[in-house]
Amino acid sequence: MIGGRKFFVPTMLAFGFAFLYVPILSMIVFSFNNSRLVTVWDHPNSPTLKWYGLLFHNDQIMGAAWLSIKIATMNACISVVLGTIAGLVLARFGRFRGRTLLAAMTTAPLVMPEVITGLAMLLLFVSMEQLIGWPAGRGVTTITIAHVTFSMAYVTVIIQSRLANFDDSLEEAAMDLGARPAKVFFRVTLPLIMPAIVSGWLLAFTLSWDDVVISQFVAGPSSTTLPMVIFSKVRLGVSPDVNALATIMVLIVATGVVLSAIVMQRQEKRRAREMQLAASD
Amino acid sequence: MSGANGSRWRPGSRGPAKRTPGSQLTRPWEPLWQFFNRLRPARWSAYVRDHWIGKPLVTAVPMTWLVLFFMVPFIIVFGISFSQSVLAIPPYEELLGWTDDKVLQLRLHLSNYDYLFTDSLYASSYLYSLKVAAVSTCYCLLLGYPMAYGIARATTTRRNIYLMLIILPFWTSFLLRVYAWIGLLKGNGVINNVLMALGVIHEPITMMQTDFAVYIGIVYSYLPFMILPLYSNLEKHDRTLLEAAADLGSRPWKAFMRITLPLSVPGIVAGSLLVFIPAVGEYVIPSLLGRTDQLMIGRVLSDEFFENRDWPVASAVAIAMLILLVVPIMIFQRYQNRELAHK
Repeated sequence: MIGGRKFFVPTMLAFGFAFLYVPILSMIVFSFNNSRLVTVWDHPNSPTLKWYGLLFHNDQIMGAAWLSIKIATMNACISVVLGTIAGLVLARFGRFRGRTLLAAMTTAPLVMPEVITGLAMLLLFVSMEQLIGWPAGRGVTTITIAHVTFSMAYVTVIIQSRLANFDDSLEEAAMDLGARPAKVFFRVTLPLIMPAIVSGWLLAFTLSWDDVVISQFVAGPSSTTLPMVIFSKVRLGVSPDVNALATIMVLIVATGVVLSAIVMQRQEKRRAREMQLAASD
Repeated sequence: MSGANGSRWRPGSRGPAKRTPGSQLTRPWEPLWQFFNRLRPARWSAYVRDHWIGKPLVTAVPMTWLVLFFMVPFIIVFGISFSQSVLAIPPYEELLGWTDDKVLQLRLHLSNYDYLFTDSLYASSYLYSLKVAAVSTCYCLLLGYPMAYGIARATTTRRNIYLMLIILPFWTSFLLRVYAWIGLLKGNGVINNVLMALGVIHEPITMMQTDFAVYIGIVYSYLPFMILPLYSNLEKHDRTLLEAAADLGSRPWKAFMRITLPLSVPGIVAGSLLVFIPAVGEYVIPSLLGRTDQLMIGRVLSDEFFENRDWPVASAVAIAMLILLVVPIMIFQRYQNRELAHK
């Protein structure tokens, strides 16, 4: 069985990675295909960049992309602030009244089916409009509020687990030296959880940038985000300019992930070297 | 940190530079802090530290947001599920209304729930969703477990590369990754073309709009959620246990079944829940890849809402889904946490 395991596990790894990457690669390859039939390679006229040209002249897609970027950025900033506070409260404030409620409300969005969250948010906005006249109509504001509500749950989890990773002795030391809570937070806690805040921001951005179901519920007629455009296009069948769009997005993400991995590895190496130097003194 | 490194004393150097008061002003807001600190009376500080009013204030910020935008919506959904559909904007009847002789009347209709139980569409689509989610979770586990095992046993450099490769698709658009499968699976898609060119098949296989396509879509989208918890569990295992088993004459397969597998049950449970829960309510994947004659419950809810404009029935479906899916899972997790706390 040793031979079996040596064979079986690498095979499954290779198969798994092929399964993960073949669809993405095929999407990239066919974005350079001349034919409108996405999956039949038009040999004499390919590769071509014509779908990229069409993509950048498609006002609907470009407008939706811009709207999505705006919403995702606002969402990421608000979610990071709210999620950091919630994570700090849950990790550091000990027991208090309402802690269970807060903990439940920050984990429930993670397991809630999107259709239910979307429906609930829409019914809230409709009722609020009837009662107090705000939000008037649905659009960017309602989409952002809905996105923040589920994104901040993810940020809370990240911050909370980061804070759980180191004990509060540094914060206590600062308190003992006379620093007030706000100062302790900004001078000690915040720098320590900065990496978690950055990854929380990126995650919140991606969640919002990607969301189609909840947006569909809470969006008004004049506010169509990029995933909504893609979804309605894709429902009618494959179209090559979506392939081009996907290729651009995959390239941006891949560059970002690889760069951040390199930076993180460098930092880790530097830290290890410094630790070694400190130990040898 | 590099500053500390630069000022380190080394033989032959002139020693660490003397600190001047000015060199402590490394941050531009430092004077501000000092200014505020001077304003603060000394006794306040102790009082604020012990009876800090900021705590409830700080807690109130996320609390208010979540109560207003997460809890209240569900109360509203619950209320509307007892309402009745009318032709109006918004298309449901108010629960509280005044009768002609100025009596405040609360009207609760149970007809929506009655409808859920009598019309077989709802039960069948709910059961179908459970089935699809369960089968996809099994496939995900069958593929994800060996992968997580392989990653946990790899050398550190390789492990980092593997993990990056697992996480990378997660950052790209979910919608576009599902879309990619349409190009592969459809009648004149890549898989059929390749198989026909190789002579394995002579006419295209129908793969789109089948259960198989939905399984593939779900496994593909949620594989990282299965692998990551499994990996973090498998990585922590004490390998001396396996060595001891081998020393005592156990064969690797048996050692795996008796040691590694039981130890990895928490990882299996966590990964399976992370795949199963979103898969039951999945809307995008079955809409793009799935059958048109048998809908999943998420699609039924959204059709009820958008196509039929029957908000009360859509709300009743949502409440039923919550009770049948989300509540058992939260209770289960609670129970599991308590078990862990006991150990």
